[in-house]
Amino acid sequence: MVNLEIDRVSVRFALKGATVEAVNDVSLRIRPGECVALVGESGCGKTVLASALLGFLPGNAETSGSARLGDVDLLAATDHELATTIRGRKIGLIPQSPASHLTPVRTARSQLEEAAKVLGGDAGEAAERAGLLPEHLDRYPHELSGGMAQRVANALALVGNPPLLIADEPTTGLDRDLVDGLLDEFRRLVDDGHAVLLITHDLAAAHKVADRIAVMYAGRIVEVGPAHQVLDNAKHPYARGLANALPERDFLPVPGQPPLLTHLPAGCAFAPRCEQATAICEDRPVLTDDPHAVACHLPC
Amino acid sequence: MLTAKDVTAGYSAPVITGVSLTVQPGRTVGLAGPSGSGKSTLARVLALLHKPFAGTVEIDRETVTGFRFKASQRTKIGVLFQQPRLSVDPRFTLRQAIAEPLGGQDRVDELAELVMLTDDLLGRRPHEVSDGQLQRACLARALALNPRYLICDEMTTMLDASTTAALVGVIRSYQRDSGAGVLAISHDSTLLTRWADETVRLSAPLPR
Ligand SMILES: Nc1ncnc2c1ncn2[C@@H]1O[C@H](COP(=O)(O)OP(=O)(O)O)[C@@H](O)[C@H]1O
Ligand code: SF4
Ligand SMILES: [Mg+2]
Repeated sequence: MVNLEIDRVSVRFALKGATVEAVNDVSLRIRPGECVALVGESGCGKTVLASALLGFLPGNAETSGSARLGDVDLLAATDHELATTIRGRKIGLIPQSPASHLTPVRTARSQLEEAAKVLGGDAGEAAERAGLLPEHLDRYPHELSGGMAQRVANALALVGNPPLLIADEPTTGLDRDLVDGLLDEFRRLVDDGHAVLLITHDLAAAHKVADRIAVMYAGRIVEVGPAHQVLDNAKHPYARGLANALPERDFLPVPGQPPLLTHLPAGCAFAPRCEQATAICEDRPVLTDDPHAVACHLPC
Repeated sequence: MLTAKDVTAGYSAPVITGVSLTVQPGRTVGLAGPSGSGKSTLARVLALLHKPFAGTVEIDRETVTGFRFKASQRTKIGVLFQQPRLSVDPRFTLRQAIAEPLGGQDRVDELAELVMLTDDLLGRRPHEVSDGQLQRACLARALALNPRYLICDEMTTMLDASTTAALVGVIRSYQRDSGAGVLAISHDSTLLTRWADETVRLSAPLPR
């Protein structure tokens, strides 16, 4: 099994008269047997990064940098290469809002069996592992509850036994017990040697399952390190504010709003909201290169 | 007081049977329960968006006689849902979305300030803002007519911790100023413990 090496990836969208800088210079490594959570508020670029890895960006997107999985650069690969050798085989994707990604006119079973045939997996086994009963499989997507649709999406992502799983907001809208079940399943996969990238705005979920947490702000990773350290001992003022906003902590918001990705400040993008900002913050801080890394001139 | 008395409601079959619940002015009642237990159905009944099979809804001791388009008391109740994208016309700017119930732009700036939306964001359309920013606009819109009660159905599910804390803070300060009562529905028990004065739990639905 191999690492996923995301190296200085940026994604821009060209709009009429403006450029959206959705992902900025992101580097991240995910190893087999490791779960990394990518957290940050909605719109900070998490889904765009995942889409870039799988070749799902729309036509107005421009990427730079590289994302190596073994000897393949996912950003340079053709769509044919991604479709025949990567998606479902090397990387399983659990998409954001899974119900809308299932084909409405086909039962869960027929979608899963087709995926199993194409990818060379076992539909029955994948269904069982995802906690699906045979009667669930005979339903059409609109007959599935949110939790069941989530399980079908999990089974579809895992049927080809890919070594890397990317799950985009998989816990949104699920009951706590379903969330716990899903996170346990991710943990089992990781303990079996899979790599998992868990994209979420839910810090509690990230804390529960991730080995490391990467905090994204305005398209950049501002802090990354061991999960408990990032949550309990954050170095970046934004990461600290986010952790303290949890209802079991201060339950107070980070003041202000994130910047527009079309008008990012030249220096630290968090400066307009940062109590500690000084003149040096007009230079963009660089992510340090240590196990608990931070991009801030004056870390907490 | 916003009261459900012995409400039985559902779609082809009842989802909730004989449920009673009261929200006092100025108070926040949490509503918890597994998915399928009828939290959203009860919310829709209390928001006068769904007619129950049996039972009554009272708003400040007045029994509700009409639901949905016949609901003359609709404006006394504000509602927020989980998915802001499904509740805003995609062609509207946020400014237009907030102004919709007002029938004019007069109070938009005041409401926008309350939920901390800047002028620039007000000019954007839903696809140009994040879920959190759109939910802020939905909250401003829900408060536009000074509702006596606010019903929040999984309002924070799509939101990060900071935006959740910010919106709950806005609702609390509105309650302090207006004495409005709030029904807060969530599957996050930690959140309800922190947010609500008391929490009511609906039990799991009977297996079909
Ligand atoms: N096709 C597109 N064209 C222009 N902007 C886009 C496009 N897709 C996404 N964006 C913008 O990119 C930013 C990051 O979005 P996204 O990755 O979905 O955030 P997250 O997943 O963290 O919530 C947002 O500002 C979003 O509006
Ligand atoms: S670099 Fe400066 S503005 Fe940015 S987070 Fe650190 S202290 Fe705050
Ligand atoms: Mg996303």
